[in-house]
Amino acid sequence: MSAEPIIQISHLQKQFGDHRVLDDINLSVSKGEVVSVIGASGSGKSTMLRCINLLETPTAGEILFHGVDVTSKENDLQKYRASVGMVFQQFNLFNNMTALENCTLGQIKVLKRSKEEAKEIAMTYLRKVGMEQFINAKPAQLSGGQKQRVAIARSLAMSPEMLLFDEPTSALDPQMVGEVLTVMRQLASEGLTMIVVTHEMAFARDVSSRVVYMEGGVICEDDVPSVIFKKPNNPKTAAFLERFFAN
Amino acid sequence: MYHQSKRFFRFFAVLFCAVLLLAALSALPAAAAEGTEAQSGDPGFFGNVWKIITEKYPLLLRGVGETMLISLVGTVAGLLIGMLTGVLRTAPYSKNAVVRFLHKLLNRIISVYVEIFRGTPMMVQAMVIYWGYAFATGGNTLPLIPSGIFIVSINTGAYMAEIVRGGIISIDKGQFEGAASIGMSHGQTMLSVIIPQVMRNILPSVSNEFVINIKDTSVLNVIGVTELYYFAGIIKRETFKTFETYLVVCIIYFILTFSVTRLLRLAEKKLAGKDSYTIFGSQSDPEAEIKVEKEEPDYVS
Repeated sequence: MSAEPIIQISHLQKQFGDHRVLDDINLSVSKGEVVSVIGASGSGKSTMLRCINLLETPTAGEILFHGVDVTSKENDLQKYRASVGMVFQQFNLFNNMTALENCTLGQIKVLKRSKEEAKEIAMTYLRKVGMEQFINAKPAQLSGGQKQRVAIARSLAMSPEMLLFDEPTSALDPQMVGEVLTVMRQLASEGLTMIVVTHEMAFARDVSSRVVYMEGGVICEDDVPSVIFKKPNNPKTAAFLERFFAN
Repeated sequence: MYHQSKRFFRFFAVLFCAVLLLAALSALPAAAAEGTEAQSGDPGFFGNVWKIITEKYPLLLRGVGETMLISLVGTVAGLLIGMLTGVLRTAPYSKNAVVRFLHKLLNRIISVYVEIFRGTPMMVQAMVIYWGYAFATGGNTLPLIPSGIFIVSINTGAYMAEIVRGGIISIDKGQFEGAASIGMSHGQTMLSVIIPQVMRNILPSVSNEFVINIKDTSVLNVIGVTELYYFAGIIKRETFKTFETYLVVCIIYFILTFSVTRLLRLAEKKLAGKDSYTIFGSQSDPEAEIKVEKEEPDYVS
């Protein structure tokens, strides 16, 4: 396969009032890559992810999806969002629906799949994340880890080209982090393109093909995990990792 | 099941207490006038109440029917108005300048409507609308029951507009983002995800509005709508038993509102969702279907 990037971000800038959260972000992600984004809280990691999905509108710069600017009129926002899924820290499952309905709604409404087809596809992914026993349960009846697995299945059921993970394990009890990371590891090994904002350094080190370190709204370093974690070129990265592992 | 029977027992207990209280109240005037009526063939207080119930029940029943019709249809229509205005007022503005202008204009009109109808008494609204129509058309009058339904609807709609708007705003932003992240439009999200949750959350307020409407339809007698209170006036003039008549009507209103409250409380529980879900397969038996019951805390009533 060619190394043509799925997503290409150039000179992305995001400002909330006078506060510049993102400044001159350049990042490109190709098919099959797993990019982990690390950095302290408030460094702009989540905002960057939310800009990619257009949950936040960029102030300046451009985001190209297969060469098409996603903020332009030619881009079908709904189709685009369906093909670039997002997994949230707070899961954001639909509270009024069962696990199965959560995974079929978007397929039926956005992709116009038939109910039977949607159910079949949903079941495939619910089985993959090990939640097939709980298809009739409402979110309120599930644990945090179970909810996150259903949320991942919901995104996968849309047959996305790429998934964005926004601190998917940060809201979980320690004993539930493992079950979600296991699912993500499996997805990575199957070649799913992912951008993962995370504080799980072991995941970033072992699973990702690239690690991006962000600080103060800019990308300080973007390299393979072995460089970032063993001998980072930017002293800021080294300082962050030192602080992180000292705790 | 246990909770169910307890609730019904309580329902009748309260009803029983209410009747007892009224009976005790009624004994006062009867005791004060002791002896005098017995010889003159006066049926006494209870006799008069009984006579009103047995002889005037066709009027009372018709009044109950119209009161319930107007308040039920008015509440449902008001809820629809509230839903429409609530969805409109919380919808994001379009990028298209013309659509955005119309949307903003509509929102302005809705705010004015809400302020006016919440800020004036329904009795006055009834007079203004009914006689305003007559004035504008040179003496034509509107049919009464539809007029009543119309007035109650737009009055309730003004309150519902705020109730629904509050209901939509209170839904976690994550629900919108979750839907947006899989490509759903604002409209699709509203219909499938938000409105069902809003409905469940605002049901207590809606039943409250319904109860208010059952009582407040009584003001529609000013334009001659033949609801329960209107018939009370007729019965009073026919029997000259003012206290007895209004006491009977009072009890009827209470029974109506109390039953409606209880019924809607049951509906609330239904909408709160099933307490159980099924697990498919277990470690010992992959074919098993296990029903998991959510424990219901005892303090829930």
